[in-house]
Amino acid sequence: MKNMKSFIKSAVIKPVLGAILVAAGLGLAMSANASETAAEPKQGNWTFAGLFGTYDENQLQRGFQVFKEVCAGCHGAKLIAFRTLAEEGGPGYSEDQVKALAATFTIADPEAPDGERPGVPADRWPSPFTTQEAIDSFGIEPPDFSVLAKARSIHQPFPYWVFNYFTAYQEGGPDFIYSLLTSYEENPHGVEVPEGKYYYGYPGSALSMPPPLSDGLVDYEGDAPETVDQYAQDVAAFMMWMADPHMVERKATGFRVLIFLFLFAGFMYLVKRKLFSNVAH
Amino acid sequence: MASEAHTETTRRDFIYIGAGAVGAVGVAGAVWPLIDQMNPDASVLALASIEVDLSSIETGQSVTVKWRGSPVFIRNRTEKEIEEALAVPMDELKDPETDEQRTKPGHENWLVMIGICTHLGCVPVGNAGDYDGWFCPCHGSQYDTAGRIRKGPAPKNLVVPPYDFLNDTLIKIG
Amino acid sequence: MSGNSTYTPSSGIEKWLDERLPIIRFSKEHLMDFPTPKNLNYWWTFGAILAFCLVVQIATGIVLAMHFTPNVDMAFDSVEHIRRDVNFGRIIQGTHAVGASMFFAAVYIHIFRGLYYGSYKAPREVLWILGVIILVLMMATAFMGYVLPWGQMSFWAATVITNIFAAIPIVGEPILQLLRGGFAVGNPTLNRFFSLHYLLPFVIAAVVALHIWALHVPGNNNPTGVSVKDDRDTLPFHPYFTMKDLFAIVVFLIPFAWFVFFAPDILGHPDNYIRANPLVTPAHIVPEWYFLPFYAILRAIDFNILFIDSKLGGVIFFAGSLLILFFVPWLDRSKVRSGSFRPLFRPFYWLFILNFFLLMYLGAQPAEGTYVLLAKISTAYYFIYFLVILPLLSWIERPAPLPASINEAVLAKSKSA
Repeated sequence: MKNMKSFIKSAVIKPVLGAILVAAGLGLAMSANASETAAEPKQGNWTFAGLFGTYDENQLQRGFQVFKEVCAGCHGAKLIAFRTLAEEGGPGYSEDQVKALAATFTIADPEAPDGERPGVPADRWPSPFTTQEAIDSFGIEPPDFSVLAKARSIHQPFPYWVFNYFTAYQEGGPDFIYSLLTSYEENPHGVEVPEGKYYYGYPGSALSMPPPLSDGLVDYEGDAPETVDQYAQDVAAFMMWMADPHMVERKATGFRVLIFLFLFAGFMYLVKRKLFSNVAH
Repeated sequence: MASEAHTETTRRDFIYIGAGAVGAVGVAGAVWPLIDQMNPDASVLALASIEVDLSSIETGQSVTVKWRGSPVFIRNRTEKEIEEALAVPMDELKDPETDEQRTKPGHENWLVMIGICTHLGCVPVGNAGDYDGWFCPCHGSQYDTAGRIRKGPAPKNLVVPPYDFLNDTLIKIG
Repeated sequence: MSGNSTYTPSSGIEKWLDERLPIIRFSKEHLMDFPTPKNLNYWWTFGAILAFCLVVQIATGIVLAMHFTPNVDMAFDSVEHIRRDVNFGRIIQGTHAVGASMFFAAVYIHIFRGLYYGSYKAPREVLWILGVIILVLMMATAFMGYVLPWGQMSFWAATVITNIFAAIPIVGEPILQLLRGGFAVGNPTLNRFFSLHYLLPFVIAAVVALHIWALHVPGNNNPTGVSVKDDRDTLPFHPYFTMKDLFAIVVFLIPFAWFVFFAPDILGHPDNYIRANPLVTPAHIVPEWYFLPFYAILRAIDFNILFIDSKLGGVIFFAGSLLILFFVPWLDRSKVRSGSFRPLFRPFYWLFILNFFLLMYLGAQPAEGTYVLLAKISTAYYFIYFLVILPLLSWIERPAPLPASINEAVLAKSKSA
């Protein structure tokens, strides 16, 4: 019975370690294997990446400008209320700016005398077309932008997300959008593009959307470069904010919660150790 | 030996009290979100105040707008209605309030009230009753041209919501 | 239940209550004084962690039901409404979604612990069976909960999983329509799934109560597997194990909170941020990670077995992989409970665990090439472990000598330390 401890060591600890190592090795081998397939997205330099990342107000404002002047002609964002543009952690517009912006839209309202009225901050971004109108004119409904940055996130099957878990990488969506918008190819090499379709090197497919951006298309007020690359990054960042408007607040709360949990765990460990200190167990 | 036992005790107490205190904070912190979620959410709060453009309401006309889920009567009163309201002696009123108390200075022609009878919550009918004001069809309460209760079971005047004139033709309710 | 009550009512009111509803006596016996083996390791804290998970899921779930709309046109938007507008909505919704994953992570550890230490063996067979029932109920609940946000993955999960029942000969088709309330997954399906998703957790809670009752009749198993002999082997549950379990729960909350606050979407599939569309199936449909091993087994059967076609065969193996757990107490005949004293058992056990993770991995891969073969081998081992290896081991294995009592084992351990 003397070697009870070494017995437990060999019975429990060693096999656990072994299993973890094998599983990790399995994951690594497979991920190397998986990276061979398909086009790789470009990774943007996102201010909101990582544990401490927050949205860049200026970038969100530029992205909103691109969205409003270019994308919103075809794409809706029906879950986005105007008021949220003035919320903390977002593009940081003032309440008056938002009110003025909302008033430029006409909102269908069955309770209004004429069935419609000017928008107020509480309203949501109206879709430019109904589904049927869109299908009639485009043959396909341009996807709504509200949560698109999450819907286009790059899925990591088990066990790959385990790696992302530790880095908190969640910028797959903006990476996808940025890569797509900057990858239009007029005459792609060795690819047959159907009539009325446009080929994008990432994700490597022909879409119904003509290349929406070109250099100098949107006039920025500040001195950010007016290039397709910059526009694409800005609008991708804005779309990420649309999909996850409370990210900044969520992370801030998270830090408080984690600090609390570590403190509580420390205390509970001391309590447990104290209790068991006089008992062989 | 004795002092050792003593420090041992204080150390133990500190651990237990500390753990208990931290735990209490944790429980409170976890329970509060579960309760606060029942409060009005952001989309409801965004409608907590509304702006109403008065420019299209002629003298002698009223409109009803929805504010916080209830009807709000906005009436552009005639000279005659204002005079009637001013002429009422206070001791005739069940819930004494002057006409000035129920309107904004400089905008005495505008009467803004929550259109819910103070008796049991029905919506009174305008331009009706013995006092040229509002009449509640449910139990016969009658209000005058300033929306004050004059007759019937209702105990209070129609409630004037908080509102302000942003300019001569624009008010913000709430 | 155990009659070794030491409770004496200290006041008149307590005495009065004790004669009418002995709830204080009961609580003292079962939540405080209950004799618990003193050598329990941290793998034994997962019972309390699971109870905590159930409470978290029920509390956050009730909250979410206050804001959710179970209608095909509104469900998706109402979930987004919760995330965007409701006070603390993003955190409560995230906790509920991540909570499901944490719940399954904990339940798998709890089951693996039981399998290693032989916690299913006499006299704990009923305890084990109740546990398997809880697992099945959890799977049903989690599946129906996943359907509620009505994204693409929700819709197609509902379609694929309900289709499993169509494999049953003759009655399959009527059962399928009964489950869906229509010819395809639609509004009636969403509505009933919401209703059942709200109901089942309370059924789980009831079975958990039975599970704890069945635990308190024979008492806890322990890492040596040797039965409790006398008072020297045990400690009162409170404060020793209440505090140890609480410590474990707080530690468990750290990765939990990390998910909720820093990686809330990492466990979900991006396609579930696309509204359900009955006309378009997503390119790759995969279930949530905790269903992957069973999904791999379901897919592994791609051949007909005699008169059973491959679809029914897959369903039989899928159902069998859960049903077989009910029979484990009678498949493993070894007199020794704990794997620590079973040298032959251990390698097969760890291979089983590894195999389970391999199945999980394979469930996420496309059903093609080597993956198909691997899935078949893996599925075969899953069943062979229970049906062949466990019964055989009980015959041929020569276990290591057992300690005479828990106390002796503990003393030996502390002496050598």
